[in-house]
Amino acid sequence: MPNQDRRTFLKQTLTTGTMGVAWAGGFLVPDALLAAWPKEVFSAKDVPTVLKNLYGTEVVADSAAIQIKAPEIAENGAVVPISIETSLDNVTQIAIFAAVNPLPLAADFRLTDSMLPSISTRIKMNKTGEVVAVVKAGGTLYSASKQIKVTIGGCGG
Amino acid sequence: MATGNTIRIKAKAKSDTVEVKSLISHPMETGLRKDSSTNELIPAHFIQELTAELNGKIVMTAYWGIAISKNPYVSFEIKGGKKGDTVRLTWTDNKGESDSLAVKVH
Repeated sequence: MPNQDRRTFLKQTLTTGTMGVAWAGGFLVPDALLAAWPKEVFSAKDVPTVLKNLYGTEVVADSAAIQIKAPEIAENGAVVPISIETSLDNVTQIAIFAAVNPLPLAADFRLTDSMLPSISTRIKMNKTGEVVAVVKAGGTLYSASKQIKVTIGGCGG
Repeated sequence: MATGNTIRIKAKAKSDTVEVKSLISHPMETGLRKDSSTNELIPAHFIQELTAELNGKIVMTAYWGIAISKNPYVSFEIKGGKKGDTVRLTWTDNKGESDSLAVKVH
């Protein structure tokens, strides 16, 4: 996993103390440390663009093997509890989208084989719309969606 | 250095997994909101990466965007963990700030 390599690199660099030197020298900016965060994916403004940037394809098969647990009506769009669970095997990635948000990708969880494919979190939704879960299992993409009615949007001021 | 002050973790051993529930104190500011008094945009300030480790080995890396709620909540289950194991969570935000906390599984 590339990210793990990066961690190992960071840890080794920190241990040998060269990171401190690099910081002092001023040639490492914070952005360099966050290089793994996929900026182009999180700044994409619609779901097809996110899918294309994240997976290289917009084609994702619907799957009944993915369960999205979320309230049908969210009174407060700032805090919408979402749980994603699947019976699919060899899950390596679970992504959560709020399709109607200005930036639809909420989270991209990368799972090792030490993880159960079950994630809960809370997201913001700016208005009524679909929450989409995309699961990568055995290298194949699957998705499920659920409509959530939002009474008060959670993205504006 | 990481104080762990922003992170709360409950790690509980179940039959053959460890259930982790966590709350993190963070504004998760989107960068799209306006300050009502000055009418200026409030700069984005949000967690971009969260890693979970079991006994020093990374089991999950989560990349987050601005749509994760303020004071994020996350829960998940790690296979093969047991009582006495160590679970660590580490977050890093878009300003390069970070925090990390390790707890024992009970």
